[in-house]
Amino acid sequence: MASLEQTRAAVEHIVREEWGQVLAALMGYVRDFDLAEDMLQDACVAALHHWPLDGTPLKPGAWLLQTARRKAIDRFRRAANFESKRAEFEMMIELEQQVQQEEEDTMDESIPDERLRLIFTCCHPALEEHARVALTLRTLGGLTTPEIARAFLVSETTLAQRLVRAKRKIKAANIPYVVPAPHLWPERLDSVFSVIYLIFNEGYAVTSGQKLSRADLCHEAIRLGQILCRLAPQESEAAGLLALMLLHNSRQESRIDNAGNLVTLECQNRHLWNREQIDAGVRLLRGALALGRLGPFQIQAAISAVHANAKRYDATDWNEITLLYGKLYELQPTPVIQLNQVVALSFAQGADVGLVALAELDEQGTLAQYQPYHAARADLFRRAGRMKDSAAAYQRALELTDNKAEQCFLEQRLLEVSK
Amino acid sequence: MQYLLMIYAAESAGPKAGTAEHDKMMQRYTELGQELDAKGLMKGGNALDSVATATTVRVRNGKAQTLDGPFAETKEQLGGFFLLDCKDLDEAIQYAGKIPSAQFGSIEIRPVVSCAS
Repeated sequence: MASLEQTRAAVEHIVREEWGQVLAALMGYVRDFDLAEDMLQDACVAALHHWPLDGTPLKPGAWLLQTARRKAIDRFRRAANFESKRAEFEMMIELEQQVQQEEEDTMDESIPDERLRLIFTCCHPALEEHARVALTLRTLGGLTTPEIARAFLVSETTLAQRLVRAKRKIKAANIPYVVPAPHLWPERLDSVFSVIYLIFNEGYAVTSGQKLSRADLCHEAIRLGQILCRLAPQESEAAGLLALMLLHNSRQESRIDNAGNLVTLECQNRHLWNREQIDAGVRLLRGALALGRLGPFQIQAAISAVHANAKRYDATDWNEITLLYGKLYELQPTPVIQLNQVVALSFAQGADVGLVALAELDEQGTLAQYQPYHAARADLFRRAGRMKDSAAAYQRALELTDNKAEQCFLEQRLLEVSK
Repeated sequence: MQYLLMIYAAESAGPKAGTAEHDKMMQRYTELGQELDAKGLMKGGNALDSVATATTVRVRNGKAQTLDGPFAETKEQLGGFFLLDCKDLDEAIQYAGKIPSAQFGSIEIRPVVSCAS
């Protein structure tokens, strides 16, 4: 027989998996994040009590939804003064009607998936970006406030305030709980994508000592990406984003060594790459490209896929990557992308060609404060055999970064070229 | 000639809600409203919700940008206003984006405090 802790963990796992979908359905009834969360919390407490005794219900989501509504009705009933709680009273009557209506059938059927409404509301551009991230993780991911605070290296108080403020704004400004009209999708989807990708990158960024809790964020972002793909299967960029995250994440095991240092793509042990994730990413990308609406995430995923498909580093198809960066630059004309294109070009045609292209890039001197520019330049000099120039550029790059793992890497390289 | 009178004050300044001073101030607001009504001067007016509920909309290169927070650029001045009755914030944002000045300026959206009767 399973121990109490095991049972508890199992129940908690199921609750977390169902959290987003049940909360989205509850929000459809009560239109109030705090109330919906309280209701669901009550149902979770009941689940922890009942499931170990009666067994896990066939449809745990439907069970939680039903219980949450009943608990809410009890709660409203207990409220002493109906007159001062008229809104709650009205809500209660409505809930009771719904429960009666659906009592018979809901228990056996899957609850309707309303998470798309929840995603769009949590990622509404009228909310502050950090708040969007926190709210999405809390309501869709079912993460607790302390868990989110830990993952983002902020205090629980700060995070709780962010959530309170966001919920208050949703209420006071009347941000609707709806899937926006089609003509609003481009702007609104961009916001959803950026929230999910931000969560992923926060997890992917190397910060020493934070490895474990941060990898969870990658997992969470991928889960959100999967939900979004299921709910909006015609959105090629949703698939592109998920493909990109899977392809990046497939290298999780090889990109940081035992000492916590960053390992370059060149030096990574490709046997450690997660083939399953690579295959899933490539499959998704193919499907997205077939929809015929190219976007930045699809192109980035394609670049990542070229790397993933190269058996060895020196078998990488750099011409293809140079081409893809060119396409990406057409959609997003930023210096980072140009820089990456130059680096790819240098691998395709040699370091000298790369140095010429790099000089053209910085004709206006706008990249002087840009750390990756100096790091890329240093590497090109090194490969061209100009060690003195290389050392100077590494020195400059070092001055421009605070990131420990990056510093370690650059110092190592500086040492090598200074020999 | 119509005039818009705009009330500027730090949110932390003035009497706190629930205190006797605050009640007195609200009473004075009511009296002023009645006086302006009686003279036929009052065209409309209301309290706005806090800046924490503000949203700013801009249109640049034909693309609408929606941002959290109040409008904070000091180089630009308040040049006019619309008072709309919308079903939700999305509708307000939609019309904010249609205001011609949104192409070069910013439109701040603030919910008007609904007076529970």
